Amino acid sequence: MVAKRIIPCLDVFEGRVVKGVRFVDLKDAGDPAECAAAYSRQGADEIVFLDITATHEKRKTIVEVVKKTAERVFVPLTVGGGISSVEDIKNILRAGADKVSLNSAAVRNPDLIRQGADMFGKQCIVLAADVKRMMNGRYNIYIQGGRVDTGLDAIDWIIRAERLGAGEILLTSMDADGTKKGYDLEITKAVVESVNIPVIASGGCGTLSHFADAFEIAGVDAALAASLFHFGELTIGEVKKFLIDRGIEIRK
Amino acid sequence: MIGIIDYGLGNLFSIHNALKSINISSKIITSPEQISGYDRLILPGVGAFPEGMKHLKEKGFTEILKNTAKPILGICLGMQLLFEEGEEFCKTEGLGLIPGRVVSIEKPSKDNLKIPHMGWNKLEIIKESSLSKSLEGNYVYFVHSYKVFTKTENIIAICDYGQPITAIVEKNNVFGTQFHPEKSGDIGIRLLKNFANISI
Repeated sequence: MVAKRIIPCLDVFEGRVVKGVRFVDLKDAGDPAECAAAYSRQGADEIVFLDITATHEKRKTIVEVVKKTAERVFVPLTVGGGISSVEDIKNILRAGADKVSLNSAAVRNPDLIRQGADMFGKQCIVLAADVKRMMNGRYNIYIQGGRVDTGLDAIDWIIRAERLGAGEILLTSMDADGTKKGYDLEITKAVVESVNIPVIASGGCGTLSHFADAFEIAGVDAALAASLFHFGELTIGEVKKFLIDRGIEIRK
Repeated sequence: MIGIIDYGLGNLFSIHNALKSINISSKIITSPEQISGYDRLILPGVGAFPEGMKHLKEKGFTEILKNTAKPILGICLGMQLLFEEGEEFCKTEGLGLIPGRVVSIEKPSKDNLKIPHMGWNKLEIIKESSLSKSLEGNYVYFVHSYKVFTKTENIIAICDYGQPITAIVEKNNVFGTQFHPEKSGDIGIRLLKNFANISI
């Protein structure tokens, strides 16, 4: 069967790698292609670039970053952040990415999911959902880097995105993100049980057992982490060894 | 020198980059006349079977591919097009270089199988081949919704996805991988190297 995936995520701002803790603090830490190659050597099953470049003019930098990365990294690459049209999707895929993740633009124009899936195949359209727990225990979809509450119920929106043609869900809990207290297993499990496409858990991973929880309790297909890998607290190799020893199917 | 066939579908540059990383020269070729300058060919491809055949025909590649004795490696949809017939959307005639058909991946209702079959799956080598040297038990990257149905004698490797999935095929000078070697890390690179080393 298909192995569970471990995915490092790199935040990229104007062509350089940074890591935003809870979407605010930024620290400059290097060349994206270099980092991606290092992660690939460590055994990353896929690499995610999240482009957090603010201005439209400078967004073109991500296309160059993808090109440079594709010259030396031979595992799947997913790129998200600021992608708002079919043209954007095409440019990123042509530069050598395998998937794009859509977030705010998909909420504003859900048809973008359908168009992207029709043109390039659903396997390359990932819906990135940033969710936050509400007072009533339900979860809402947030957009624009977590600044705007759309009022949309997370599960409703994710089910709709699957129907429109999303091939995968990248689920980030905004409450858990940056805390290192573990993934939000409640919403993650609920999403896994609501769709029949792969789900990637994101936000909050801080220890080896958090990875195991995502697979064993929430039932996800992949687990994503950023700062944990970025600051070398754990290597991908260590995570994989731990999970293999627990009997989880992982690519060696 | 390897010629990578550009018929308007597929991620040609990833294959070119992967070959370049191990110092194997390749060029992207856009017309059948160019084929004579290359000693082996790669047929990539992403997308649907009918669209793939349509593009191959429009670019004039079908006849030359049917008649060449050069080693050919089909990747993903490129491998599927090597067979006689595809059943994606409608019945479409393929290149017919290997007997067999391309059918949809079965979805048993009790299993929670996701389609497309996407991700890293483990190769099980069932027949010796110079293409599959040192690949047994390793994971490679798949993305597909249809699978090849052919005689066992043409199958080099399979993987398990609740059903056997044909992963590597070979018949005479014709080879194919359902997975993407250019996205399968070091193992994929090893396979590309094996292909470049197949004696002619």
